[in-house]
Amino acid sequence: MKHGSSRFAFLGKIEGLPIAAVLAILYVVFIFTAPSVFTGYRIYMSFFQTVPPMLVLAIGLTFIITAGEIDLSFPAVVALSGFVFTWVFKTYHAPWLGFVLALASGALVGYINGLLVARLRVPSIMATLAAQFFWYGVTLLIAGGLQINIEEIQTNLIHTVFVGRIFGVFPAQALWSLGVVIVFWFILNRHKFGEAIMFIGDNADVARVMGINVEATRIKLFTMHGVLAAFAGLLLTIEINVFFPTQGQGMLLPVMAAVFIGGTSIAGGQGAIVGTFFGSYIIGSLEAGVVATGIGGYWVQLVEGLVMAASVILNVIIGDEGASLLSRAARKWAVPSQAPPGKEPAARGDA
Amino acid sequence: MATASNYKTAIRMEGIEKYFGNVAALRGINLEVGKDEVIGLIGDNGAGKSTLIKIITGVFPPSSGEMYLRDQRVSFSGYSVREAHKRGIETVYQDKSLGEKQALWRNFFIGREITLPFGFIDVKKEKKIAQGIMVDTIGFRGKGITVESRVSKLSGGERQGVAIGRAMHFEADLIILDEPTVALSLKEVRKVLSFVQKIKEAGKACIYITHDLQDVYQISDRFVVLDRGEIVASITKNEISLKELDTFLLEYSHGLKDKVQP
Repeated sequence: MKHGSSRFAFLGKIEGLPIAAVLAILYVVFIFTAPSVFTGYRIYMSFFQTVPPMLVLAIGLTFIITAGEIDLSFPAVVALSGFVFTWVFKTYHAPWLGFVLALASGALVGYINGLLVARLRVPSIMATLAAQFFWYGVTLLIAGGLQINIEEIQTNLIHTVFVGRIFGVFPAQALWSLGVVIVFWFILNRHKFGEAIMFIGDNADVARVMGINVEATRIKLFTMHGVLAAFAGLLLTIEINVFFPTQGQGMLLPVMAAVFIGGTSIAGGQGAIVGTFFGSYIIGSLEAGVVATGIGGYWVQLVEGLVMAASVILNVIIGDEGASLLSRAARKWAVPSQAPPGKEPAARGDA
Repeated sequence: MATASNYKTAIRMEGIEKYFGNVAALRGINLEVGKDEVIGLIGDNGAGKSTLIKIITGVFPPSSGEMYLRDQRVSFSGYSVREAHKRGIETVYQDKSLGEKQALWRNFFIGREITLPFGFIDVKKEKKIAQGIMVDTIGFRGKGITVESRVSKLSGGERQGVAIGRAMHFEADLIILDEPTVALSLKEVRKVLSFVQKIKEAGKACIYITHDLQDVYQISDRFVVLDRGEIVASITKNEISLKELDTFLLEYSHGLKDKVQP
């Protein structure tokens, strides 16, 4: 910035900085409160194993919320894709076919959501709420409410590729989800599709008069989220070697929390992929951290609530406006200290 | 983007009608804009101004009628906002030209990004060109506004300046200004009018829509009055003074239209 006011303005420009700070502080606190757990590497490896499905869901949801929409149906897709994969694997011993079909099932659910929202103009909260009940119901029905064990997948290549342990310790799904984060950061921030999503979330009328096909973009958006949710379901199912019909059902609120504490605005128009990344790790680490601290499981929710509130407040403070306030304040503090005490700068020569 | 300049009218509309259900929004519209003519399109709320603009800019087609751009007949089945852009029509709306929360450089190129392979945006190039438009075309200088600034940081007049600069950058033959000065302070209105003056100096055709005569009188060559979906008057500037035009419209809107002759 040329007009020099901005000693700290760059802080506001580093995407996801406030939320990364929250994560760092959280881990520092846990290192003190639960040193035996948080000084070892195992707890972190366990986060790298449990957080990725949630992270993948949260990345998709970040796009949805950036576009000014909401999707409540992804838990059902996690279940449906898990079922499709395990069923195809069990029946035909074709894991890769199952993988592709599972992604396709997610695409189908997302595409139908998109049609309802874009073509029939059903508000997305209603369309996807109905979809959540419907597709979860479909999954329960065809699975007969039963779980399917696929222990034999552990010896299969697909297991190694997606959830294997690199060097025997590092979960591969952490890398896959990180890949998703990077690719989708570029799609949101550097691709026409992402730009269209931001403008639609900002003001769909503006997007329309500037020649963006709003309806088609919305359909693509929901389809994309369906595929991502299916991928999350696959990472989960292959990791735990079992499909159970209720899988994904507890994920709705944590995933939404991860997106919002990451700094994506509920109002739409702007999405914070990096923020969502750290937000997911915060949400995914809290429960284990609080339990390991030994203050008892009843505290978990309370602490989660506090951390969420603190993250959102911090995002507001260190956001665009906050950074310039901070730098203005810092200039005031910093100027006197530039000169050694007792020795005024020459420019103020009349002293 | 248009290059050929051997045409007579920027736009010609013949018998354009638009119905929403049974409601006629436009009836029998015949309108012609010369290639460097500035038209003031005047009418009250609900007169059909916005509907007319949306037809010209490809947001929706008319129910019937013909339209010619640069003397070429438009087939409405293949007409869209994108196509209108390609044919050199740019629009500056009162309030929906820019994405509030987006950086300025994105606003210049939204819908027609400069892309690298696979649809990724050439951010560097877009920013550089946007910077050029801001400095050379609109004349933003040293106001603490950069291509990275969000639109929400701009004043109303500056926003319209950005939208007009964008229209001029894409070498429009016809620039439509849809009530660009509504809700602006007097000072900001003056700014916008100076931007419009630049369009005029560049020899482009322009349709300036307003219900405020003060704005439109000094920059227009001709005034077209729209009322309840019909064009009721077309008056060239040398036929009428601002005061006469004002009186005409006032009496017209009081239902005396049969008695007044411009």
